[in-house]
Amino acid sequence: MNLTLKVWRQSGPNATGRIETYEAKEIPSEASFLEMLDIVNTGIIKEGGDPIHFDHDCREGICGSCSLAINGVPHSKESGITTCQVHMRKFREGETIWIEPFRARAFPVIKDLMVDRSAFDRIIAAGGYIDVRTGSAPEANSIPIGKEDADEAFDAATCIGCGACVAACKNASAMLFVGAKAAHLNILPQGHPEKDKRVLALVRQMDAEGFGNCTNHYECEAVCPKEISADVISKLNRDYAAAIVREAVAE
Amino acid sequence: MIKKPQMNALGKTLLLFWNSSIGKKLVVAITGLMLVGFLLGHMTGNLLIFQGREDLNDYAEFLHHMLHGWGIWIARLGILGAFFLHIVATVSLVQQNRASRDSRYACDTTVQAPVSSRIMIWTGLTVIAFVVFHIFHFTVRLDPDLAAMKDPGNPERHDVYGMVIAGFQNPLVVIFYILAISFLCSHLSHGIGSIFQTLGLRTEKTRVAIRNLSVAISVLLWVGFLSIPILVVTGGLKDKTDSASHSSERPGPSALAEN
Amino acid sequence: MASNASSTPTPNGTLNSAIPEGPLPGKWTQYKAKAKLINPANKRKYSVIVVGSGLAGGAAAATLSELGYQVKCFCYQDSPRRAHSIAAQGGINGAKNYQNDGDSVWRLFYDTIKGGDFRAREANVHRLAEISLQIIDQCVAQGVPFAREYGGALANRSFGGAQVSRTFYARGQTGQQLLIGCYQALEKEIAKGGVKMHTRTEMLDLVVVDGHAKGIVVRDLTTGEITSHAADAVILATGGYGNVFFLSTNAMGCNVTAALRANKRGAYMANPCFTQIHPTCIPVSGDYQSKLTLMSESLRNDGRIWVPKSKEDAAKIRSGTMMAKDIPEEGRDFFLERKYPSFGNLAPRDISSRSAKEVCDEGRGVAKTGLGVFLDFSDAINRLGKEAIKARYGNLFQMYEKIAGEDPYETPMKIYPAVHYTMGGLWVDYNLMSNIAGLHVLGEANFSDHGANRLGASALMQGLADGYFVIPTTLPNYLASQKPGTVTTSAPEFKQIEAEVKERIDQLMNVKGTKTVDSFHRELGMLVWDKCGMARSEAGLKEALAKIPQIREDFWKNVRIPGSPDGTNMELEKAWRVADFIDFAEIMCHDALAREESCGGHFREEYQFTAEDEAVKSGYTNPGEAMRRDDEFAYVSAWEFKGPGVPPVLHKEPLVYEAVELSVRSYK
Repeated sequence: MNLTLKVWRQSGPNATGRIETYEAKEIPSEASFLEMLDIVNTGIIKEGGDPIHFDHDCREGICGSCSLAINGVPHSKESGITTCQVHMRKFREGETIWIEPFRARAFPVIKDLMVDRSAFDRIIAAGGYIDVRTGSAPEANSIPIGKEDADEAFDAATCIGCGACVAACKNASAMLFVGAKAAHLNILPQGHPEKDKRVLALVRQMDAEGFGNCTNHYECEAVCPKEISADVISKLNRDYAAAIVREAVAE
Repeated sequence: MIKKPQMNALGKTLLLFWNSSIGKKLVVAITGLMLVGFLLGHMTGNLLIFQGREDLNDYAEFLHHMLHGWGIWIARLGILGAFFLHIVATVSLVQQNRASRDSRYACDTTVQAPVSSRIMIWTGLTVIAFVVFHIFHFTVRLDPDLAAMKDPGNPERHDVYGMVIAGFQNPLVVIFYILAISFLCSHLSHGIGSIFQTLGLRTEKTRVAIRNLSVAISVLLWVGFLSIPILVVTGGLKDKTDSASHSSERPGPSALAEN
Repeated sequence: MASNASSTPTPNGTLNSAIPEGPLPGKWTQYKAKAKLINPANKRKYSVIVVGSGLAGGAAAATLSELGYQVKCFCYQDSPRRAHSIAAQGGINGAKNYQNDGDSVWRLFYDTIKGGDFRAREANVHRLAEISLQIIDQCVAQGVPFAREYGGALANRSFGGAQVSRTFYARGQTGQQLLIGCYQALEKEIAKGGVKMHTRTEMLDLVVVDGHAKGIVVRDLTTGEITSHAADAVILATGGYGNVFFLSTNAMGCNVTAALRANKRGAYMANPCFTQIHPTCIPVSGDYQSKLTLMSESLRNDGRIWVPKSKEDAAKIRSGTMMAKDIPEEGRDFFLERKYPSFGNLAPRDISSRSAKEVCDEGRGVAKTGLGVFLDFSDAINRLGKEAIKARYGNLFQMYEKIAGEDPYETPMKIYPAVHYTMGGLWVDYNLMSNIAGLHVLGEANFSDHGANRLGASALMQGLADGYFVIPTTLPNYLASQKPGTVTTSAPEFKQIEAEVKERIDQLMNVKGTKTVDSFHRELGMLVWDKCGMARSEAGLKEALAKIPQIREDFWKNVRIPGSPDGTNMELEKAWRVADFIDFAEIMCHDALAREESCGGHFREEYQFTAEDEAVKSGYTNPGEAMRRDDEFAYVSAWEFKGPGVPPVLHKEPLVYEAVELSVRSYK
């Protein structure tokens, strides 16, 4: 199939970007979206140009490296998948496809479609963990966890840290990401002792990184490749309110 | 000696709370909840107009005399305070949000967010303009004719019933009311659900109920509020004692907050 | 010096595996009792470099930081959470015996040794089985949401190669959940200042000072800057080399550079010919293809594998003029059921893979490229109903449909084997230290625990065992002999290697040829897949060894790398890796050629059972099955780099089995 691509090109973090047009010719419909870009890049390299840079690694939807807003929607309009799982048969012959980086102040562009998502790492470092020294763990079955709690924690824990939630949000809010991590750890009994400290630290770091806040549009859950529900945001709000009250009372 | 650092710590927590995104959101939600409560009460009071002049005017008189006249001022200050905080927190959040998304997609689309959620700031600003108009219209009563209306059955008190009907004689006013209340209800259809989300009450089990409740309350308020001007302008509601019973010599009692 | 102390570095001598004395089950306990310790106050004076942030590297970096060491951790990804450990689906073994089905440390040890076709080191494997218990405890405490029973206890499932249920799992995302637990522990230590994390930074060379590994040279993948980092010890946890085949289930960035550079600086590469080919992957659909996707092996429980009996039917299916359903039952060859009536479609990975290759080589493959066999669920759907199949495999069917564009409820899936794990890696002793003093190697990057074939759900176990529990215990054995901070980046060795790295980058940039990096990688991958893949022969390997130098020459003459080395340049990154894959492929083929036997993932066509063999006549095994030659090849092959274009030199570490008896695998 033949397509027209409108791609965001930006040579470096401080350069000015612009949309450029490429013709993607003779693309097999079995190819994945990133393989289509590989083919276009091969053409660009052969013509002496600089290939389109984008993040990718596992190409099976789990590492969270790939990003891209495809026609304005992070990971494309197909639900429950990442960009690397998008296949070209979903597009029409002759279609024009817009390809842009995930846009948020907290995700500065590195080059072309690559963005810096290290803000997510710093949020996790602030409190997205259970503080247990290696070797100090009790016997695994000593704390039973009801299947329902285990499943709910799991649903939140499936987050791959791709940043699509931020990219889809008109406010570039990271509430779905933060809410998912807080829910994963706060639901489990192992995470209870640090619950308040964790929630306050996560939210404060999220704000410090320059993410916006949630206006409950739920675009995040619509594009989340792991289909994490915005209910985790509700839980984060509740846990935050309880934590701040307890913090105020404790002081 | 012990108390002072405690105060500071509490102050610090409050400041952290206000400065945090979720803290401000909680302020918006709680003030929003108060305002929704007010609207429901206000609408219920308004609907007394269908019971007739006496019931509505009795109700207005009751409001003005609660707690020896203090009640209405406590309510007004509370509502205005909530309104003010709601606006300040929202404007601050919107600024923060615009800064967070400093570049736009060349191909900008929306996946599932309903229109009402995307125009919250515009519907909100319209509501502010409307509230100002509405207060001058029916509370402060800038129009001397409206201000001077007296209850024919009890000339000691202001005739709220007659004022409402007189106030909606102008079709432009009615159109503005319809527009503004529609915007308000659009605001609420997203806002009420958001209150539950921000207060952390939305879960998998309550999700659908909350959405239905938001829509139901919004529709109820729309119908409730707009039934009056529409019926007035279409002639469904009339002031039968029009002009004959009104004496305009005596100044009315204090303005009616509820209207 | 106690026998469990660090091995003597022997760059040119024999290999000392430093296995502790005493009976097998007590070796690790004895080791711990006698191992050297470092005073808590002194630990902070020692610095350690960890390259790689997957299960092994991330766990090591986090744990060493908890202990007080200063850790520098490096990964090429933009976050440590993206390491390819994340893609492991099935589970992690732990000999907890929660099912009361007779499991024990001994049984896990034995299954792993047997599954590895008796080419792994007993002492290491036993230690792994012992530690498997602690790993589960640690992960649960970190908040890894393993599957649970309704009563709240942990659930288990069974996995290939074992008769007990000992696999802990988190849906089909066990690797992801374990890695996130590990990543969170790492981030916690980063926040505390114990770990300095360098993301988007790739190790390009190892620095050895006076025979000790003391640092690395790296490239910042964002700015292009080349810098040196010195430490008291270096740990490589850089994963496997499956991408030498170009197409594999590995992530696109997985590479052999760190291990190969260490090899060139003196570390031995062990058993590189042991690669695992997974039978159930989605077939290649064209030459644009960049990677292969694994479909869970569990599909073989209900799917029947077949190809048409006649080449003509197969050709019609390939051309699209005939559908699978048009072929009547008698026209179908259920080749696994035919050859292995008792195991049928559940025959082990290596056997299933090879059988698929055979029927495709005969011209009976069904994918467009000719390389694919059917995995058919129609019988299971007729027997159990579509809903039952959906409940079991719904997410896998959905994944298949997204990739292949065909509905597996209606038409059979097509599958083909693909490279997915490499058992070989840098040689290490019991301390996980290579023959270069101070250079430690963990996880898939080393060779130690899986022998010639890895059992399912054992890779995650090994990575975490090495990172959380082994290296924190064994590293002090080396560090205790070192004065902290003696070598800095101002040492001349750093300057020299930095200069070499820069020169190599300049060379790459200055080729200015006409061919893309990927085209060389694909050419190399197809060659080794063909000659050193599922089946190998002397002639084929010699042919490969003749062709690889040609590819190398062509590469250094004709590769085209656009842009500049100063800044992000993904073609340059790939080119460096592919140049190393070319050199590595040569070692791999040498190893495959030297190992004149068939075992585990290494099948030499010359060494298979025939109708004349006693084992076949007695009905114990089939003609065509792998023939191990324990008398001559029960050793670890460790290859020493001897210079560019010079064949590597083989060193042998004999494998001594004290606790188990070697036996021939039979799945008939």
